[in-house]
Amino acid sequence: MPSKPDQSTVTDLPAEAPNHVLEFPGGYTRSVGPVIGRFLSELRDGRLVGVRTQAGKVLFPPLEYDPDSGEAVTDEYVEVGPAGTVQSWSWVSRPLKVHPLDRPFAWALIQPDGADTALLHALDMGVLEEGAEAPRYLKTGLRVRPKFRGRGKRAGSINDIECFEPEVTMINAPSRLEYELQGGRALDRFLEGVSQGKLIGHRCGVCGQVIVPMKGLCPKDGVPTTEEVELPDTGTVTTFAVNNLPDPRAPEVPFVSAYILLDGAGLTMLALVAGVPADQVRMGMRVKAAWRPREEWGKTMSNIKWFEPLDEPDVPFDAIKDYL
Amino acid sequence: MGNPCAIIGVGQTAYKTKRLDVSMAGLVREAAQRALDDAGLTWNDIDAVVIGKAPDLFEGVMMPEAYLADALGARGKPMMRVHTAGSVGGSTANVAASLIQSGVHDRVLTVAWEKQSESNATWALTVNTPYSTSLVVGAGGYFAPHIRAYMRRSGAPDHIGTLVAVKDRENALKNPYAHLKIPGISREMVESTPMLWEPIRYLETCPSSDGACAMVLASEDAARKTPNRPAWVHGTSMRSEPIFFAGRDTVNPQGGMDAAADVYRQAGIADPRRELDVAETYVPFSWYEPMWLENLGFCGEGEGWKLTESGATALDGDIPWNASGGVLSSNPIGASGMIRFAEAALQVRGLAGEHQVEGARRALGHAYGGGAQFFAMWIVGSDKP
Repeated sequence: MPSKPDQSTVTDLPAEAPNHVLEFPGGYTRSVGPVIGRFLSELRDGRLVGVRTQAGKVLFPPLEYDPDSGEAVTDEYVEVGPAGTVQSWSWVSRPLKVHPLDRPFAWALIQPDGADTALLHALDMGVLEEGAEAPRYLKTGLRVRPKFRGRGKRAGSINDIECFEPEVTMINAPSRLEYELQGGRALDRFLEGVSQGKLIGHRCGVCGQVIVPMKGLCPKDGVPTTEEVELPDTGTVTTFAVNNLPDPRAPEVPFVSAYILLDGAGLTMLALVAGVPADQVRMGMRVKAAWRPREEWGKTMSNIKWFEPLDEPDVPFDAIKDYL
Repeated sequence: MGNPCAIIGVGQTAYKTKRLDVSMAGLVREAAQRALDDAGLTWNDIDAVVIGKAPDLFEGVMMPEAYLADALGARGKPMMRVHTAGSVGGSTANVAASLIQSGVHDRVLTVAWEKQSESNATWALTVNTPYSTSLVVGAGGYFAPHIRAYMRRSGAPDHIGTLVAVKDRENALKNPYAHLKIPGISREMVESTPMLWEPIRYLETCPSSDGACAMVLASEDAARKTPNRPAWVHGTSMRSEPIFFAGRDTVNPQGGMDAAADVYRQAGIADPRRELDVAETYVPFSWYEPMWLENLGFCGEGEGWKLTESGATALDGDIPWNASGGVLSSNPIGASGMIRFAEAALQVRGLAGEHQVEGARRALGHAYGGGAQFFAMWIVGSDKP
């Protein structure tokens, strides 16, 4: 099918093969002359050089004749860059086959340090999905460096520079530590109870308070504890937060994280409260543990999904004010 | 209390969302260099370095005393790290002061920092072992229930937190280093922001900041040779307590009351509201101003919100709190405590600039951390004690 004369933009070029090709066999040869020759030779060696004009400016890439004055340039070559600054750019969100990069990139005017003019080249902004917009840090003034092809792959061509890349400003430091944790005897015993649907605490021999989950010690009195006390799975909300930020452990947003004083306990424990709209949770509200189905129980606190309201009158503030 | 200890140099970076132009080493160096410049000293003059930072998981730097030794000129010198969660900036300054008070050193550099843009405090505060359920989403999730408990216990009206949020941000407009600058900040603006962790609204919380703070502490001898006027340490105190125990008062922690009583005794202060001229306290959520007013004995229990409401803690009140804008305006967590201590010193040196409290002679620096478990305070004065 012949391609139709159209008003389509360049990004809509037909993807199918052309129906006619005109190609000069082997390509035309071109003598580059001393100025461009020096530029390309240096490029093949992995260096950027400009040439000084009679007016003292450094043209990069070099030209044989100063476009300002028409004078021949001098024979003084000046190494510039390799780092440079983006003067201007245009974003290509959907690269074509003929483009030097197969992911979104910028055409940029880049002025190497020490040069007075800029070079047009491709600027690689990293791994981006087709169609992506330009990253926010792509701005006029961005510092960039050339990415040269390997020594044996350079041929004295502008393509010896594969593209430019931003300077390194950030690195990533992956961190991962692996542990074999043990809960300890007291916690192990507590979780064993939880795996059987029981909440066990320890009574402190000094202050007489029941500590749940027990630690095998009383943090206040600094003494070991051993006397086990089984507590019911009912209690009272002392205080709480209504969280409007998502959390994978919570059923929905908003969710309520509450301090719950189990009946008979000497201190509160933190748990989710659900089964009631967040704005109806109250200090002093009576609650009961909602257990997962028994077949899902393990030695973990997640056997209790959350606490749900009990149909009982609220506890007066005076009764909980010392547990806040 | 030992030998006199002077604060002869204070250095701060501007507090910003992102300081991508510098490494962590570059950030602490910037604050430390400014503190040295203020003290008229060079790196060679420093005897020892004491550094503090947030808990390791925040930004994953496990051994700052090793990583930052060269940035802080510590070759051949003692260098140590202090670690007390959010109060660390204060504790670090206190440990540095103890090296002067004990007569061990003459000039100690102390530094604290945080780069929250390369850190994740909420993650670090939320991870837990398989044996415990945390259920807490960041610091706000932890403190919100305790603020609710304070409101209920004191009968404070809902708008008190808003007043603090506005006051501290107004003060921040006068502080060139402050991070959050919100011209025209108003109650309506604060109240129009969403509840993150009810009862805490968005603008009632601190920002996430990059920044560092440093001080040079000196013996009496060394302080005599310094170009700028020093501040003097009148007392230091630290207390800690476990996060969970039967009978713990989380709203008004015993550790805070004890640390306050200790530091007032050292400074000879019976009535902090009357005898102090300004206080820089750790208020990362606005409601912690009335809570700490009570905990620190500036008023009776249940009265803190009335002091806030009366305007007593405003820059033109009788006891300005957080003239710098406080943690609510700048929060590089590891440094936030030290900034309080440093701002207290700047006030009694008369160097606080536009947020200077006229004629301030004695100031409190205060920091707390963990689940309101760690407390560090110092009182500094313009006169040698």
